[in-house]
Amino acid sequence: MVPSSYYLVLSAVLFGLGVVAFVFKRNIITIFMSIELMLNAVNLAFVTFSQHLGKLNGQVFVFFVIVVAAAEAAVGLAIIILIAKHRQSLNVERVDLLKL
Amino acid sequence: MFPPIQDIYRIAPELVACLFGMLIMVADPFVPRERKGAMGRLGLAGALGALVAVELMSRHAGAAMNGLLVVDSFSVFLHMIIYGAASLVVLASYDYLERENLQQGEFYALLFFATCGMGIMASATELMTVFVGLEISSIASYILACYRRAALKSHESAMKYFLLGSFATAFFLYGVAMVYGATGTTSLVAIRAAAAHATDHHMLLTLGFGMLFVGMAFKIAAAPFQVWTPDVYEGAPTPVTALLASGPKAAAFAVLLRIVFTAFGDASSTWFWIVWISAALTMVVGNFAAVAQSNVKRMLAYSSIAHAGYLLVAVAAAGAAGEESAAGIAAVLFYLVAYALMKVGAFTIVSHLGGSGEQRLEIDDYAGLSTRQPTTAACLALYLLSLLGLPLTAGFLGKVYIFQAALDAKLIWLVVIMAVTTVVGAFYYLRVIWVMYFREAQQDWTPAPVAPGVAAVMFLTAAGILALFFFPGPLMTFAAHSALSLR
Repeated sequence: MVPSSYYLVLSAVLFGLGVVAFVFKRNIITIFMSIELMLNAVNLAFVTFSQHLGKLNGQVFVFFVIVVAAAEAAVGLAIIILIAKHRQSLNVERVDLLKL
Repeated sequence: MFPPIQDIYRIAPELVACLFGMLIMVADPFVPRERKGAMGRLGLAGALGALVAVELMSRHAGAAMNGLLVVDSFSVFLHMIIYGAASLVVLASYDYLERENLQQGEFYALLFFATCGMGIMASATELMTVFVGLEISSIASYILACYRRAALKSHESAMKYFLLGSFATAFFLYGVAMVYGATGTTSLVAIRAAAAHATDHHMLLTLGFGMLFVGMAFKIAAAPFQVWTPDVYEGAPTPVTALLASGPKAAAFAVLLRIVFTAFGDASSTWFWIVWISAALTMVVGNFAAVAQSNVKRMLAYSSIAHAGYLLVAVAAAGAAGEESAAGIAAVLFYLVAYALMKVGAFTIVSHLGGSGEQRLEIDDYAGLSTRQPTTAACLALYLLSLLGLPLTAGFLGKVYIFQAALDAKLIWLVVIMAVTTVVGAFYYLRVIWVMYFREAQQDWTPAPVAPGVAAVMFLTAAGILALFFFPGPLMTFAAHSALSLR
């Protein structure tokens, strides 16, 4: 059997990749995908801990995360479409009316 | 299975908010365009109904929904702040929506859904419930931030809020996963019990707490996770900014307090320095950046960052005090009330003075306001003086309680930083007052007459700020009592 630490390392790597992509990517859709990647890393961690501890509730949490992520995607994509329609671009650096 | 009737009472405010939200959405298409004002009245009825429901809830203390939520005086206190702020925002947005020609029904519905999520956060005693409440409130807030669909700034604000908010949520969730892995539970009380003898998972638990703190710090706009705040506050419609500055911040502080004092109450050495550093950074960044702003909304956004820092000082003080943490927690609660009153009031006036299309948002636009609308100018001056913390205002007492708690906990350095940054704050708050009272108006401009809703908000918040200074006793007693229910 594959030890659970392998899955945890994979989960941490996925989460780290998500963070790196979030910080360095410039396309809004790609940034949004990197958030989804982070959430999936969380799901993997939940399932692994659930298996490791022999408790089922970790797997139930995964469903919560999936449902909420879907709701978030619905709203997020609507906002992104609005941006794309008004600016003809998905580059975050062009969305700069409000100075950071 | 249907939950017992007691549990229904314990989530009554959330139920009322959701019911009115759905009712408004269903009724909206059937109301003819010229009678959309009815939606505002329905919204006000819902807000008042939710406040009555908070009263009802407070009579049924105890755990609800198999221990996912709890009604204790702490959650009642937070519900008061959240639903009170939401009601004021309903009043304030009535005139705004008409002026900007925005859809009225959906706005109130979304506002209720957001408030419902914040209410869940205030009562949650389990990390997944916190997550669900957090997302209910966040997703509705993303749409609200985008509500001026014709304004590019509003889109930008919503996009930044959405991306950074989801990013923070992912951190929060990873923290939940780690805490779950270390203790096998997500219930805050059970985490405390499990952490006491799970010494071999100390590392995982500390890392988990760090991640949870990152998620919370985003929501309360604490440094170094505050970058989104000025942009989102500036771009969002001003009544929404009033809500964002008061409600979610109170809810996130509720969650933070519950996590640190219920789940990690025995391990204050784990989180004390994290909170300490974040508090110091937040106060410095917020106050110094606010000085450089010429836009009132941005200035108030940085000031709300600074206030998150003051609140964190009280959290750190409560953590350092060990068994005597109640004074610090009570200081946080008192300050949250004062803060919500000041911010909702100030943003309502900014929204009123902004004029159609939110054109007039520069500090210089306020020149000569004291002669044109003396009452508005006086109220704004009162809020600003209260934010600064001068006597005769609630902000003064709030700061005194925080100073007292921090001194009792011997956090001398934090007290020094807080005092110095407060003095820096004097510069930008007094500048606005100076422009309003002592500078002649450059152009010929008369602000629109104050709408009844805006006037009501101004009256209620100004009266609240003064009343809390002269009669702080009842609220402080309630706050101290609420603080005790956290352990």
